Amino acid sequence: MFYREAGQFKTTYQGDQALFPVFQDKVAVLLVIIAAYAVPFFADEYWLQAIFIQFLVFALMAIGLNILMGYAGQISLGTGAFAAVGAYACYKLTTNIEGMNIIVAILLSGGCAAAVGVLFGLPSLRIKGFYLAVATLAAQFFILWLFNKVGWFYNDNPSGTITAPPREIFGILVTGPSASAEARYIVCLTFLIVFAWFAKNLVRGRIGRNWMAIRDMDIAAEIIGIRPLQTKLLAFAISSFYCGVAGALMIFCWLGSAETEAFDLANVSFRVLFMIIIGGLGSIGGSIMGAAFIILMPIFLTNFPPMIGVEISTALQKHLEEIIFGVMIVVFLIVEPEGFARLWQILREKLRKWPFPY
Amino acid sequence: MKFRKAVLAAAGAVVGFGTFAAAETAKADEQFFPMLVYRTGAYAPSGIPVANGFRDYYTLLNKRDGGINGVTVTFEECETQYKTNLGVECYEKLKGNGPTGASLFNPYSTGITYQLIPKASVDKIPILSMGYGRTSAADGRVFEWVFNPPATYWSQASAVIKYFSRRVGGYDKLAGKKIVHLHHNSAYGKEANPTLEVLAKRYGYKLTMIPVDHPGQEQSSQWRQIRRIKPDFIFMSGWGVMNQVAIKEAGNIRYPMDQFVGNWWSGSDADVIPAGDGAKGYLSTTFHGAGADFGVHAEIIKHIYGGDAAAARENKVGEVLYNRGVVNAMFATEAVRTAQAKFGNKSLTGEQVRWGLENLNITQETLDKLGFKDMVSPLKITCEDHETMGPVIIQKWDGAKWSYASEWLTPMRDIVRPIVEADAAAYAKENNITPRDCK
Repeated sequence: MFYREAGQFKTTYQGDQALFPVFQDKVAVLLVIIAAYAVPFFADEYWLQAIFIQFLVFALMAIGLNILMGYAGQISLGTGAFAAVGAYACYKLTTNIEGMNIIVAILLSGGCAAAVGVLFGLPSLRIKGFYLAVATLAAQFFILWLFNKVGWFYNDNPSGTITAPPREIFGILVTGPSASAEARYIVCLTFLIVFAWFAKNLVRGRIGRNWMAIRDMDIAAEIIGIRPLQTKLLAFAISSFYCGVAGALMIFCWLGSAETEAFDLANVSFRVLFMIIIGGLGSIGGSIMGAAFIILMPIFLTNFPPMIGVEISTALQKHLEEIIFGVMIVVFLIVEPEGFARLWQILREKLRKWPFPY
Repeated sequence: MKFRKAVLAAAGAVVGFGTFAAAETAKADEQFFPMLVYRTGAYAPSGIPVANGFRDYYTLLNKRDGGINGVTVTFEECETQYKTNLGVECYEKLKGNGPTGASLFNPYSTGITYQLIPKASVDKIPILSMGYGRTSAADGRVFEWVFNPPATYWSQASAVIKYFSRRVGGYDKLAGKKIVHLHHNSAYGKEANPTLEVLAKRYGYKLTMIPVDHPGQEQSSQWRQIRRIKPDFIFMSGWGVMNQVAIKEAGNIRYPMDQFVGNWWSGSDADVIPAGDGAKGYLSTTFHGAGADFGVHAEIIKHIYGGDAAAARENKVGEVLYNRGVVNAMFATEAVRTAQAKFGNKSLTGEQVRWGLENLNITQETLDKLGFKDMVSPLKITCEDHETMGPVIIQKWDGAKWSYASEWLTPMRDIVRPIVEADAAAYAKENNITPRDCK
């Protein structure tokens, strides 16, 4: 009943090509965005700083990887490396260039990550599937090794950590220790919304269709005139751009300071991969839902026993969390192999007829 | 009907109990200590004894003395797995607990310490990074909120070089000797490098840095390199699983254990026991005694384990890192006691505890009274010096227990302090901090 699009006639081409052609979708998305901006009024610092900002950063990274894997069909395990390139580039740009605007710095560091992504995307022209995954794995190890080894990347400080300096947007501190959690949250949220909107438009246009053609059958795509070189490298560039921006936000808005360990295979690359598999390959909304699941569920599982007054030891709690979380992923993928995006689609179909199914 | 009544009664009981509990917590004076621990993951062998030490000492104070001067000690653990991102979550989760917020943080990870240093002055919660963390935080004029007694990585490295010089018969004999620094490839492991380099220039030994990537289970290429170099001494900055693997590998290439010295994070029971007989003779630095024969252990075994020494041993009582947890908890609670003398016996804020840390003066008398006789050296923190450059000693593993294998070595203040001050000044300039005047 609530999801009936019957009667919503499109009389113009613009109306037909709108991002969300169904009225209910438009309202729902708008409500979610408004609610997201209202979160700082209700959430305390722990929720904002430790959980929501982390979620926003990883959602952005998941969208980036989904562009590459879900739409263009190129498997990558280098997400952490591309995020690290973004983070270290942003650190170098802000500390070495006086008066650099932080937004410009973040976008430029995304550009640096894109360049590196293209470089490591080159093997994709010759190798496919799991073999490509191994090639991107090389990026993961090489780049982190480089950032740990060469002092120039971390301004030669003795510990090898990079620290976000305080920077302002419109006179409000958004990075550095004194920046409020609210300001950081708003910055990350705005980045996510703008980039998700951009990605959504990208994947339904010519570029996105080229990617999907390459993904579904690259030889056929080549025969109908899609150039694999440009298409694949563009996917690598845009995906790495997203990862780079997310990496910069990770240091500047979330962690505040980090070493290369924060970007390693288990902490970032695999985690983001799980997010898009659970969220749904080839879906922007799915990336965000997958990120929410992977970030929020372990935190919920850790905090749940004390919440209901059950006292168990810290170690047991952590082990339980890992076991339950693992089982949940396996069960979920058996029940719904195509992820949250597909689940949402089914739900919509049901809601269309609810409460009077025939 | 019956069911409804029962539900109502239950709800009423819950509400009533809730308000009662709330009133209770508001009345009692409590001092909250957050605990960032790692009882799982690759660093658990090092993390568990430390966490047990903290837990037992806090519990002892409550059970025996009813807290610190009547103020109950409360604490909560949060698992970090030694990961910086989980460290941030735990910090945010625990910093506001207790009636007046967290007293101080002991991150037990140099990486997490680096992350918390800028936050400390904003949230007004001090950091007590005992023997780890950022070395230049020893300059209290710049790092008002960070304390790293009794000695830093740089002080420790200078003491180790002093020890090597005694072994070879004088500083002049160090020239041309080959020393390897086998270190964890992270902020923590790299920390000693600048001092070792400065000293290499001064004394002319040949220094090779060999990094081991996290978590350090795989070290065969590093040890092949060591076999090629044939160093006169190896100094190791390892943590967690890396330590056991390194000591085993050293045994495999038959490297003489009495030339292999770990720093104080690479010298606990869990590091040497897996290597079996091969670890006999292994050396490491420390700043407190090992074993369960000190006064404080007798109290812990009596009050917490009900006199059951076997159960205590199972909980790591007396292991090097357990003792470190106990010593650290003692420093923390003594800082609170010091602050109570000025602000009164009530729940203190982080700001007040900071004052307590800065005026912390642990005399031999205090140590004797608390049961730390012969276990720790006295120390006195000042506004300028948050480190105190306490003496360092070398301990030796004989296959069953640790014993001292050198005299107490004082770090080379004349070399270390200028580098500390220079680095702190650079940090101050980068972050627009005006150093305090400590006069």
